[in-house]
Amino acid sequence: MNRVACRDFIVGLFVLAALVTIVFLSLGVGGLAYSTGTPLRLYANFDEIAGLKTRAPVVISGVKVGQVTEIVLNDDFRARVVIDVDGSLELPVDTSASIITSGVLGDRYISLMPGGEIDFLKSGEEIAFVESAVVLERLIGKLIHGAGTETE
Amino acid sequence: MVNAIQELGAKTTRFIEELGRIAVFTWLIVRAVFRPPPRIRPFIDEVFKVGVMSLVIICVSGVAVGAVLGLQGYNTLVRFGATESLGAAVGLVLFRELGPVLTALLFIGRAGSSTTAEIGTMVATEQLDGLRMMAVDPIHYVITPKALAMLFVMPLLSSLFILFGLGGGYLVGAQLMGVDPGSYISSLQNAIVFKDDILSSLIKALTFGCMVGVISTFEGYSSAPTSSGVSRATTASVVVGSVSVLIVDYLLTALMGV
Repeated sequence: MNRVACRDFIVGLFVLAALVTIVFLSLGVGGLAYSTGTPLRLYANFDEIAGLKTRAPVVISGVKVGQVTEIVLNDDFRARVVIDVDGSLELPVDTSASIITSGVLGDRYISLMPGGEIDFLKSGEEIAFVESAVVLERLIGKLIHGAGTETE
Repeated sequence: MVNAIQELGAKTTRFIEELGRIAVFTWLIVRAVFRPPPRIRPFIDEVFKVGVMSLVIICVSGVAVGAVLGLQGYNTLVRFGATESLGAAVGLVLFRELGPVLTALLFIGRAGSSTTAEIGTMVATEQLDGLRMMAVDPIHYVITPKALAMLFVMPLLSSLFILFGLGGGYLVGAQLMGVDPGSYISSLQNAIVFKDDILSSLIKALTFGCMVGVISTFEGYSSAPTSSGVSRATTASVVVGSVSVLIVDYLLTALMGV
């Protein structure tokens, strides 16, 4: 290889390496992979989501299977959470969803607990059994209130 | 009193004149890009000069910055018992701010200044006038490939900086300080959103590349044809480039609203 060709080769290598980096960061870190393939889209209505955010992970037995894509307020003032999970999953219709906190002050995520029915949830269906988030302040409030009535 | 006001007016006018000249210069470059013949060969040479030759400083700085972020982040997070969020802290800072901004600042020092000096010397030794004598447009032949190469290279360098920064944070956080490697990576993956973080990081890098390309070539092109003129132009290129990158970074962050 003469010098010009050698230089071209190095430039090509540099551009290639940088493009691979961008793709790696987008897919590996940015979570673009979840948009490939049709995900299973489920809805769940919660009374209280307490700091659950979009892109929060959705797990089954601690394994991440999807994420929260949208949170809106329903007509009946409940939080409607849109969940996209892996399309290949077959979740029974009596699957329940609960909002859980990792650690005391950690991030909120949704945990799915598969039920025992024979029929499976289809895309666009709603998860009927939900368990809202526990708000620490409210618990403490109840505790103080409860302690107050006891002493009376 | 009148003199002071007069001085202020003159300064304002000069500043606006300068802005106008940069705008016209940018327009000349944009026009030259689409005018045949395309200058592929000088463009590739410039990518080599400003891109490949900047790799070492970008990668080394990336690892160093990532390592410092990992260490500082760990020391702060350990007070709250939240060290498993270290990946998110390092990743968000790198993607949103430090990646594009530090890459741009390093790039100005490494490539922008040398580009300004090169063009300034061409002006001082009347090489650009020589080109004009031969009916070759110096903006088309000399300036455009340099500016385009900078625009092209910045997002690439910025991504590499971020990758090495994440690696540096991983080395210090997960290997040295004992954060669980799995939670470092999973908190990183949970925190980084493609649209909010990676795309805006690339947009920032592209904008900075555009600015550095225009400013460093403009300062060289409009430098006084003396050795002190070249030195002044190089200084101006670094100062104006760095300050405007930092200001525009704030504006872009505010505009993107994340």
